Formats: sequence, structure tokens, C-alpha cells
Amino acid sequence: MNVLEATASSVRDAIAAGQLSATEACRAALDQIASVNASLNAFNLVDADRALGRAQEIDRRRAAGEVLGPLAGVPVALKDNMNVRGMRTTASSRILEHFVPPYDATVVRRLEGGGAVIVGKTNCDEFAMGSSNENSAFGPVHNPWALDHIPGGSSGGSAAAVAARCVPLALGSDTGGSIRQPAACCGVVGLKPSYGRVSRYGLLAFASSLDQIGPFARTVADAALALSALAGVDPCDATTANEPVPDFSAALTGSVKDVRIGVPRAFVADGVDEQVRRAYEAALETLRRAGAALVDIDLPHAKYAVPVYYLVCTAEASSNLARYDGVKYGYRSNGANDSLKEMYSRTRDEGFGPEVKRRIMLGTYVLSAGYYDAFYLKALQVRTLLRRDYDQAFERADVVAMPTTPTPPFKLGEKTSDPLQMYLGDIFTVSANLAGLPGISVPCGFSNDGLPIGFQLMGRMFDETTLLRVADAYERTTEWHTRTPSL
Amino acid sequence: MQNANTTPRLHFEFCILNYDRLVPTSLTIADVERIAALAQLELTDEEKHLFTKQLADILAYAEQVQAIDTSGVPATAHVNSAQRTERDDVPRPCLSIEDAIANAPDGAPEAGLFRVPRVIGG
Repeated sequence: MNVLEATASSVRDAIAAGQLSATEACRAALDQIASVNASLNAFNLVDADRALGRAQEIDRRRAAGEVLGPLAGVPVALKDNMNVRGMRTTASSRILEHFVPPYDATVVRRLEGGGAVIVGKTNCDEFAMGSSNENSAFGPVHNPWALDHIPGGSSGGSAAAVAARCVPLALGSDTGGSIRQPAACCGVVGLKPSYGRVSRYGLLAFASSLDQIGPFARTVADAALALSALAGVDPCDATTANEPVPDFSAALTGSVKDVRIGVPRAFVADGVDEQVRRAYEAALETLRRAGAALVDIDLPHAKYAVPVYYLVCTAEASSNLARYDGVKYGYRSNGANDSLKEMYSRTRDEGFGPEVKRRIMLGTYVLSAGYYDAFYLKALQVRTLLRRDYDQAFERADVVAMPTTPTPPFKLGEKTSDPLQMYLGDIFTVSANLAGLPGISVPCGFSNDGLPIGFQLMGRMFDETTLLRVADAYERTTEWHTRTPSL
Repeated sequence: MQNANTTPRLHFEFCILNYDRLVPTSLTIADVERIAALAQLELTDEEKHLFTKQLADILAYAEQVQAIDTSGVPATAHVNSAQRTERDDVPRPCLSIEDAIANAPDGAPEAGLFRVPRVIGG
């Protein structure tokens, strides 16, 4: 078998059947990373010794006849904002460049409990703030389909690593689209679970009411497999939902005959690139032919999702990032030892990059006396109206379909001088986070320049089952997800 | 440390909306300096100039939310807020002092302390 092209489930099956060793799968992943990472800059850190040690342990357990987990021997990459005890976590920031976490994130325990082999940490926008991966302190990630284009962000390294066949599975975090948007840009599957489905313990907080961890994969079935391993209530994260976790893989029946797909015509009418629009309409037509019903829905407040999102996420970020002060961990400025206050402000100025500072400033402003009601509280009220829009839409529809991004991936450097223009590109992804809903992006075509385009589906709260079933049924009738970038 | 009594006095040109709230239409460097002080960020002059323009652009765009009628609409700070999150108040294992201090830029593990520059009179 070509282990690099294999899905996570077939790697696991081959290992369980003795056709492949976990060590071989691990070495193949490490070799692929070594051969492509100089072009992609997708990894901040590769821990080959630790990965090979874990893989050998899986092989030893198989030889001993022990029961292996659902991800046994599958190489996995983690976005560099999740903690693995003893493995550096930088959040692609100078302020955490040398931070070695003293504990494991819950997702790490669950992955490794299922037998997954973590190979390293992927590059991302600093503290997950960005839509192009250009905000990393360690340089941008390059799109495997065209190296002068963005891979999307903020989980660009994880998306690129899966697209470039370094690993069959990777984890990202999605605060306003940071899994779905890079998945679209890199031509892979990206799933943001419902808020509370997956524990955030050990994820470096950006905006706590919006952040959610989820998988990247090359197939919907692999994303479902990963979600089954990750999902569930966690005593270490009080925001995890006490909801039953179904067998997501069992839900993939291939049938959409009873499914109503909500199409927000007015919302997607403006500002969508013609190539993206054609791919979106074609994907809807594919699902209609497969037996799904298309129903028109109205999301009257969705057009406000970007300003609401940037008011809410920056407010939360300004509070969350107050902890980086040069005292407990991370960078401390050398030039300011006269007073504590001076040390704080110098450390933070030298340690944070421009986008992080911009968001801390914006968030501090909207929370400040005199502006709290007009901006922050107002945004939270419109967030309620947006949730009600979706509640109403889900009375008529089982899933809602949108493009993932308004344009195909753009060139590196094209939007870095205008943050507002960069933010506007998040129009189709941010509302899932504001409403807490699950969303998935699947490949649905390519631009004239050969860059991937994504199709997004959103589901009811905690109904990843229907979401994955529809996405999988779509994938079964198309071949976009089988294409490989030539590197 | 942020002084809780310091209300940022921001100098804006103001316009008045129908529900009687003041909204900024432009920011000055002085405003940016005050926000930076609240956020414990010592910005360079270049950053101050850049942020003055960029934050004004973003805020001008975000002002559109103020025209939406939200009378009687509750705020959503958190989507799963109805869930019960209490647990029994029982001590559990936690990080050791050595682990907790291991990443400190100026730790004093033998004393179990983080060292910081002078707090008073600095």
C-alpha cells in the first residue's frame, strides 16, 4: 500500500492486520515531512524520537496481542497551540518561543489513548489570529497547490500537512473559521464541531466562547473517526457539553434522500467570486440529484456576522492574552528591570506580533468604559439575533450550505496591509462560531489557477451526525478530494 | 497594573444615534496611547500611527451593528450557558511547584517563587 495516500482508517486497519507496522507508517510520515517542509513551512516542530517511540510501543502491543485503539499507529499533527507535556508549544509567537508545557491537552490524551502517533506541531497564525497564516512569528505556511499562495489560516500548517500527505489526520482550532477556511484553501476536509463537543483544556485560549478544536482529514469518514475519538465531556473544561457522543462513523450511510438543505440565497448573493459561486451551485446540484431537497432560507443578521465576530473575539482575546506578562512563562524583555509595569508593557510589545497587538487594542477599546454598551454588549445582542436566525432556518432545513470562502486562496502578501479586508474574507465562517454550530468544509472544485475551493455545510447544535452524513454523501459522488498537489 | 479608576477619556468627533449613544468616527494618537496603557502594551511610534488608522477603519466598519434594533434582546456571551457546571469542592492533584515554575523567565525554584522587578517605587 502507498501509506502516504492511505486514509487514517486504512492505515489503522493495515497495522491491525499486520500488513504495515506503526513504525513504518511513522517513518513514512517523517520522511514526507522532511522532503516537503522546506517548501511549505508547515511544521514548527517535529519530534521524531518521541513519535518513533510511540509507534514502536503500538507495534509491541500488537505483537503481544493487545487490543488496539481506533487510531492505533495513525500519524497525527497538532496545531502548535495545543499542549503536549514536554513538547514545545509556541502558538507561533515569540512570547512563547521556548514554552514547554507541563501537561497534556485533553485532545492529546484522547488521541494517544486511541493509539495515534503525534509527529509534531504545525505552524499557524500567532495565537490563531489570522486568515492567511501570514501572522506566524516563524514565517508563513505556503499552499501546497501553489507555493506563492496562502494556505488559509489560522490552522494553515495542519491543512497544508494533510494536503501534502505528511499525515492523514491533523488537529486545528476554529474560532472564526480557522479549520474550515484553510481546509478549503488546501483542498482537504475540515470539521469544526459544535461548541462544547470537544474539550478545550490544553488549548491556548484566544476567544473562549468561540474556540473549538477539530480535525483535518482527506475524507469525511476520517474526520468522523477523529471526532469520535475527540468528543465528550471533560471535567477539566466546564464548557464541554454533557451530550451523548454517537458513533459518527456509523452515521455515514451515503443517503441524503430525507435531507433538506437550506440555501441562504440573499446572503450569498453579493461579493462571491464567480468561480466560487459556480462550484457552490454545482455542489448544491450534486446533492439535489442525490435526492436531497433544496429549500430557501433567510438569515437576515448573517451580514453582520463579521463586525459582531471581531467585536466579540477581540474583547475575549484582550482578556485571555493578559496572562502573557513575562512572569510565569514565556519571554521577558531584558531591557526593563526597573519596574514591574515597564517590564509588562515592554515584554508584551516585544513578544507579540502586529495582528495580536491590533486585536488586544481593539478588544481593550470595546470593553473600556463608555464603549462597552455601544460595541461589546451590542455585539452580544446581535449574536442572539443571529442564533435565532439559525434556529428558524433549522425548522425548515436539516443543514445549511454556503461557500466556505468568498474567493479562492489569494497570493501571499496580497492583503497584509489592510486588516479589514482580511477580516471580510471570514464572512461565511464566523457565524457558526457565534451560534456555536458545527460546520464542515469539503473540497468542491478548483479555480482557473488550480487552487482548491471549499463547500461548507453547517448543522444543528450537536447534530454532527447529519452534517457528516451529508458531507460524506457529497464526497462519494465527487472526486475533488482525491486530487494530490504536485510538490 | 491597571488602575480601575482610570476611565479612558477618548477625544473623538461624535455623532449621535437614535438611541442616544456616542460613537467614534475617528481616533487620535492620544486615544491609541491610552488604550495601549490599559492593555499594558508599550507601542512604538510607528505602531501608534499604524493602529490609529487601522483601528479607526475597523471601528467605523463595526459601527453598523449600532443601527440594529436590539431592544429587549438578551446578550449571548456563551452558547451553552444553561448547562450546570458546578462540581464538588474536593481537592484534586495539580501541578507541582517545580513544574509550575519551570517555564518562568526568572523563577526561584528553591524558594517556590516567581521573581519580578520592583513593584513599589519603581
